[in-house]
Amino acid sequence: MTTIAVAETPLTLGLLRLADTALVHSHRLSEWCGHAPMLEEDLALANIALDLLGQARALYTHAAAVEGAGRTEDDLAYRRDAPQFRNVLMAELPRGDFAFTILRGFLLAAHALPFWQATAGSRDATLAAIAAKAEKEAAYHVRHCGEWVIRLGDGTGESRRRMLEALDTLWPYTGELFEVDDADRAVIADGILPDPAVVRAPWDATIDRVFAEAGLDRPAEGWMQSGGRWGRHTEHLGHLLAVMQHLPRAYPDATW
Amino acid sequence: MVSLSDRDRTLAAARAACARVVDPEIPTLSIADLGVLRDVRLGADGVIEVDITPTYSGCPAMRAIALDIEAAIEAAGLGRPRVSLVLTPAWTTDWITPAGREALRRAGIAPPTPGAGRRALFGADELVPCPRCGATDTEKLSEFGSTACKALWRCRACREPFDYFKCH
Repeated sequence: MTTIAVAETPLTLGLLRLADTALVHSHRLSEWCGHAPMLEEDLALANIALDLLGQARALYTHAAAVEGAGRTEDDLAYRRDAPQFRNVLMAELPRGDFAFTILRGFLLAAHALPFWQATAGSRDATLAAIAAKAEKEAAYHVRHCGEWVIRLGDGTGESRRRMLEALDTLWPYTGELFEVDDADRAVIADGILPDPAVVRAPWDATIDRVFAEAGLDRPAEGWMQSGGRWGRHTEHLGHLLAVMQHLPRAYPDATW
Repeated sequence: MVSLSDRDRTLAAARAACARVVDPEIPTLSIADLGVLRDVRLGADGVIEVDITPTYSGCPAMRAIALDIEAAIEAAGLGRPRVSLVLTPAWTTDWITPAGREALRRAGIAPPTPGAGRRALFGADELVPCPRCGATDTEKLSEFGSTACKALWRCRACREPFDYFKCH
């Protein structure tokens, strides 16, 4: 496969981080299609995956336009390899069991909702428009996953055990959601993307409220995983991309 | 040189052609009544330009709708149009016209409560009357239904399940 290197300015990098996180998380959710514990949940996870895929497409299209090198959303999704992906690590972890999937969905959506709300006021008009749509979708995702976190955490011994296990695994990946580097600082200063500090308080409030109802203790803030936003990934992303990019890798000229 | 009245006639024909395009997933509902059709205009080069907006970011019907618009404009003898996807202002359920809401109800889909806004993140569901019998004794089965824009509900009075066009 011929890979491409996107010219990374603070803006294209910021857009790729958002788009890659949405796309990779969407792909993990789509792995449940046909396998969810019940039909309604099969529909729900596929629906959430579809929302995220739509957000990723709009973000890639915008990133390609900002880069101005004549690339398309497909080039960005299919012609980069793992080291070029900028998603947070949490999104790429294997799908795990249902409790793991639901908790990951909740942690990411609880961040996405206030993040998109703040981004709806971006000075980048296209990004603001994407955010205005994504915000409404994120509200559904928080509600759906949040209600399941409560049901599983406060459910049977088995559902609770699995939720606690998922929480143990996922919590160290939450730190990446609030990281700030020089590129972030540049787009924050330009009023294009929100300061993670603005997103932190509403995220905390959502987590605390749902965890209290679910009977889950919030883990202590300790050492956090990091690296995805700079292209340093777990071994899982390469396998995900091999599946997701199979068609354009095998047939580079394919269009649809 | 194209006279002004020719341009007007072309534009009127293009608008009429677009108005006949329906949502592929809700074929009783035109894209104009759904609020997906944003603008039809004549470009400086004489090409018809059409703006559409998605209901949800990932709405898989947008591609089909764009193709249907192209086909409708070409069938009207107006050449191949330029169809663009616009995101601003973001579509909300308030863009559905009264005729569109009635078309939804006739198709057995409960229309969104107009101007209801978003409910609290957690808590009671909104009141959704059954599109078949009008009873308000209904319950939500699933937040996510047959398409990205719909939820699955059931009427406790007539026992019929129904789709609810999610309000946002």
